[in-house]
Amino acid sequence: MKPNSFVLSVAAVVAMSFAGATVATAKTTLEIVKERGHLRCQVGPASPGFYNLDAKGNWYGSDVSICQAVAAAIFGSKTKLEIQSVSSQVRFTALANGESDMLSRTATWTLLRDTQLGLDFTAVNFYDGQGFMVPKDSGITSAMQLKGATVCVLTGTTTELNLADFSRVNNMNIKPVTFEDSNVRNDTYLQGGCDALTNDKSGLASNKAAFPNPGDHIVLPETISKEPLAPAVRQGDAQWFDIVKWTVYTLINAEELGVNKANVDKMRSTSTNASVRRMLGVEGNLNEGLGLSKDWAYNIIKEVGNYGEIYEAYMGGGKLGIGISRAGSANDLWTKGGLMYAPPFR
Amino acid sequence: MAIDGAGKTVATLKPKEKFDFFHDERVRSVAYQILTACVVGWLAWYLISNTAHNLQVRGMNTGFGFLSATAGFDTDFKLIEYKPGVGTYGRIFLIGCLNTLLVSFFAIIFSTVLGFAVGVLRLSSNWLVARLALAYVEIVRNTPLLLQIIFWYVGVFALLPRVKNSLDLSAGAEVAFLNNRGLYTAWPVPDDLFWMTIVAFLAAVVGVFVLRRWAHKRQDETGKQFPIWSASIALLIVLPYLVYLASGSTLNWDVPTLQGFNFAGGAALPPAFLALLVALVSYHAAHLAEAVRAGILSVEKGQTEAALAIGLRPKKAISLIIIPQAMRAIVPPMISLWMNVVKNSSLAIAIGYSDVVALFMQTALNQAGYAVEMVGMTMAFYMFISLSISGVLNIYNKRVQLEER
Repeated sequence: MKPNSFVLSVAAVVAMSFAGATVATAKTTLEIVKERGHLRCQVGPASPGFYNLDAKGNWYGSDVSICQAVAAAIFGSKTKLEIQSVSSQVRFTALANGESDMLSRTATWTLLRDTQLGLDFTAVNFYDGQGFMVPKDSGITSAMQLKGATVCVLTGTTTELNLADFSRVNNMNIKPVTFEDSNVRNDTYLQGGCDALTNDKSGLASNKAAFPNPGDHIVLPETISKEPLAPAVRQGDAQWFDIVKWTVYTLINAEELGVNKANVDKMRSTSTNASVRRMLGVEGNLNEGLGLSKDWAYNIIKEVGNYGEIYEAYMGGGKLGIGISRAGSANDLWTKGGLMYAPPFR
Repeated sequence: MAIDGAGKTVATLKPKEKFDFFHDERVRSVAYQILTACVVGWLAWYLISNTAHNLQVRGMNTGFGFLSATAGFDTDFKLIEYKPGVGTYGRIFLIGCLNTLLVSFFAIIFSTVLGFAVGVLRLSSNWLVARLALAYVEIVRNTPLLLQIIFWYVGVFALLPRVKNSLDLSAGAEVAFLNNRGLYTAWPVPDDLFWMTIVAFLAAVVGVFVLRRWAHKRQDETGKQFPIWSASIALLIVLPYLVYLASGSTLNWDVPTLQGFNFAGGAALPPAFLALLVALVSYHAAHLAEAVRAGILSVEKGQTEAALAIGLRPKKAISLIIIPQAMRAIVPPMISLWMNVVKNSSLAIAIGYSDVVALFMQTALNQAGYAVEMVGMTMAFYMFISLSISGVLNIYNKRVQLEER
């Protein structure tokens, strides 16, 4: 429960009313961030895998790693970063009015959001899709058997809309029960208040892992939506847009080129691969268009690692991971049959 | 005219008023009011136009055009017809408002009744009853409402039997069921001639008012009393029932039956509604009980003694002498209490009841993204309801306050 969400919404609206009429910035976002000395990166309320808090109160997760990578690209250090955890109602407003420099939170890239909310999505860093989870003893094995069922759903996402679309297209008369708090939703589901629980499949995996008896629940095979999750920036600053976009591409390219946190120093001094040399700033002047230092990509990999390392640590089988297998999924590299494909460093 | 020392009347001229435009009090006060109005008006204009401008600069859509756009999502509890993909965001707003009003309406009625009862019980001469009332008031009044709402939902209604083992509230008749998906009851389906029964009922209501006036008048004139309560209730039941029989109309019942996953048919209230209602009622009744107790204690003891001395029975003494005077102290806190019920119903969002905040300011806002407009509309709705409540109750308050002659 976020009891302050109403207050936050009101605050955002009030801020929008008073903000000086000219955001119009003589300064670019990069200049503002550099002047401030740290990056303000927005995530959501804790969600395992993507952004979560450790015992010391530090944020970690795959989306947090994107924030850290952007900070490393600009400052050479992933710690020059302020993580802002913002409720979903005001996420886009907080980005639009300059509270946040970028958002890196499970926000689905949709046409409406891309065109009507004053923001631009950069590059997809996780391909998700919505699915259903049911208790094993219900005997349900396919989402098509959910006719007339009550389904628990979390508000503030595209999940409600997908559920309604799925119900409508298949004429299934599914009854949604909408929650704002995932704990109350899980509790309702576990008590039998709903026949099924719907969420993005990554979310289902982390929900299930946290249940008392994970083995008593199954995730149904159907995926009812496309959920490309991507970091987003404010519209109208092309350079900033490029920086965030190419930070994601650097992570993916680094994995494809075999550069990781451990070997990046060695690669920089010994690699003969032209792509690697250009990426790590040994050759060429690829940094100039971005307005960053020559070793920006090197810093990203040195500080954060490559895409595969991040995935393994937080989404995959790592100690902090939520155990979503990557092999053969859309999130694998394109060279291994997945969709992770980044334009080249040339 | 004035009378001088010698007793003669002399005409005195009203001293000619020197009118100084810049130092005249009336001119000044009007000028200040105009100035204030201008400042407020300018501030409002500035805020609105600046917001619109800022939104435009940032490439965010503005305006209320979205209200007529269709909404794609569904909701589990609605009082009016709505289909995803056909219904509009405007309709979603309406559904949310109606859901808020529904739960607030019942919460206000029940909490007022319960509050008065507990307030009187607090003053009971029976030690146990008074202590029980005290314990209830102190426990409920001193814990946060949000906590209580979640407690009622997670701790009580979610733990009810599952659908397949529903409790049959009608003791075997299978017309009312309670389970952890909600309360299901049979619902009347009127046929074509049922309007006659409704007309008869309305006529009975009018009849009750006429009867009351007549009874009052008769008592004033002759001192004879009339059993107004039993007569009213008899009228309200018997007249519509006779017409119902005479018209030969039939009332069918839509009975809920278990089909597949859930009960279908009849009327259904979700557990979130029940939990919210119980939490709001118990919380606000405890607050009202204290106001009622304070109100009763504010009436001097001499009033009771005087009432008893002129021969009124204790019950009559309370209803005719004590309560009317206590109302003067009870009504003002009751006004703010009723407004709080409406505003606090927005905590429904914690347990998934589709009130206006959850449905419109949360779900719809996330889908359409018109944050400023939607938050503004939601605020305007609550303000309208609160001002209406306080407006109506203030009229009532004026009537019960001491009339100084």
